[in-house]
Amino acid sequence: MSSVGTMQPVPDQVRADLLRPLLRTSWKFYSLVLILGAIVVAALAAWATQMTLGFGISGIRWPIYWGFYVTNFVFWIGISHAGTLISAILRLVNAGWRRPVTRCAEVITAFALMIGAMFPIIHLGRPWLAFWLFPYPSERMIWPNFRSPLVWDFFAINTYLTGSVLFLFLPMIPDFAVVRDRATGMRRRIYGALALGWRGTPTQWHRLETAMQIMAVAIIPVAVSVHTIVSFDFSMAPVPLWQSTIFGPYFVAGAIFSGIAGLIIAMALLRRFLHLERYLHPVHFQNLGKLLLMMALLWGYFVFNERLVTYYGNRVSDMQVFWRTQRLTFAPLYWTMVGCNFVLPLVIMGISRFRTITGCVIASIGVVIGMWLERFLIIVPALGHKYLPYSFGVYRPQPVEIVITIGTFAAMALLYVLFAKFVPIISMWELTAVQHPGPALIPPATAEHPLGETHA
Amino acid sequence: MKAIYGLYTEGTAAQRAVDHLRAAGVADTDITILSPEPREDLAFSHMHAPTYMWWFACLGGLIGCATAIALVYITETSWPLVVGGLPIVAWWPNLIIMFELTMLGAIAATVITLVVSGGLARTRQGIYDPEVSSGSILVGVERPALAAIAAYEQALSTTPGARIKKI
Repeated sequence: MSSVGTMQPVPDQVRADLLRPLLRTSWKFYSLVLILGAIVVAALAAWATQMTLGFGISGIRWPIYWGFYVTNFVFWIGISHAGTLISAILRLVNAGWRRPVTRCAEVITAFALMIGAMFPIIHLGRPWLAFWLFPYPSERMIWPNFRSPLVWDFFAINTYLTGSVLFLFLPMIPDFAVVRDRATGMRRRIYGALALGWRGTPTQWHRLETAMQIMAVAIIPVAVSVHTIVSFDFSMAPVPLWQSTIFGPYFVAGAIFSGIAGLIIAMALLRRFLHLERYLHPVHFQNLGKLLLMMALLWGYFVFNERLVTYYGNRVSDMQVFWRTQRLTFAPLYWTMVGCNFVLPLVIMGISRFRTITGCVIASIGVVIGMWLERFLIIVPALGHKYLPYSFGVYRPQPVEIVITIGTFAAMALLYVLFAKFVPIISMWELTAVQHPGPALIPPATAEHPLGETHA
Repeated sequence: MKAIYGLYTEGTAAQRAVDHLRAAGVADTDITILSPEPREDLAFSHMHAPTYMWWFACLGGLIGCATAIALVYITETSWPLVVGGLPIVAWWPNLIIMFELTMLGAIAATVITLVVSGGLARTRQGIYDPEVSSGSILVGVERPALAAIAAYEQALSTTPGARIKKI
């Protein structure tokens, strides 16, 4: 069933395969939604309990005011770099192998940002006062302080979220039109509204592709700025090991690293459960695996820099936190992090024989765990061991925080499952467009040509 | 009659139909072409007016930047609190707000330009056939002159495999 090469299905096949999950629903879908939904409800109940009984039921107390919640905030904002940034870069360089990958990736960004942005609100304790953070002049006469990194977060995350949602939505318009033409009743009206009257004129195609190019150019610096600004939440504060000029690029690299890992896991699950073997080839995982390897090396480079400079600086307060993570209380977590983020991907992704789908998934799971630990180890050891002994403290996460943390992973999975149920998870028109390559269009990746180069 | 059009499964056949319509005296702007995916390999995919989307994006960015400058300056001077020993109007941190709103302005302008210039979200749309989303290419003429219908039909049907429809 191929028209070009041996691995590209014909357009009818593409539409049939990718619309199948939308038009048919199995009991597995309901079971999965039920399980994930139950975990999310448990997390919401935990949050409601925290609001009712007070923030005291969490483990967050003086001197460690940032615990699991801020760890999760930074982690999810990092995971969000999987999608839009990677997709935009691959789109700009016209990488042929990107087509089946981009939408899977962009969805991660939108949902991870939404979940990440929830945590400052959860962390407030009294979320109904969240609007106090918003930058608008009010009768309280406490106007927004633009010199605060928290206000920068507000602008950066909202810009990135808006851009990412639009970047995800625009290429979905032609696919919504396809679903509209096959649906009936209420579904037809909903998809018809989402398709915005798309017809497929040459002008519409041209404008859409131009818009995607502009969006790609705009979204890359925004993505970089978001995690740089998240790093400023730390590096602008006089806390041991935080005030570092390397934190901006270190956080951005870490975000892309965890983002790629999240993308690989999501793609592997989609491939297995939606039977997308025709579209998500081993070569896509190998390419992303190579990116993961590169980011593991970059992450190792940043960690080495950060540690070596601190070690030579030899400031008492810095070195106390340094040794707590290297040899003392937090050493098991620290060396687990190094193993997960550096050793594991280096071994699995560095040896081509192991760079299989299973290998990529194992390395990615390791990286996700390692990057969560990294966020935790940046926050907690430093806050618990500041300059003077009176400000030393211990953080013990409480059940409410653990349940909410688990709930966010379930929420991410639930949102992703629902999205894949209602929207084609791979852009159909971008896949079928490669059947008719124009002069500037590059064919998709194949086993023989992993980067999708033009191969005459 | 609202329109006469042909449906083609092959891109080259659709291109021939376009060429025949042109030969029959139909202006490019009066030929309706709908395809299920962009067809960069065929000449008809380039039958569109140039776009100023990049310029509108720049304009949106400038508006966003100007809004940011106004927001931070007016806010900071209206409630002049000294924070951390920084000046009341501290441009280094303000640059972050300016950057974010510049990009937001550019993104918003791009989307608005796409919707307006792409003819999206209009209440009155031109001809459409659901077979387009199944892979066919539609080539036709909307509101044809009665005297010219026969000529258009012949131009559209000279290509083998064409399915002609009149609505």
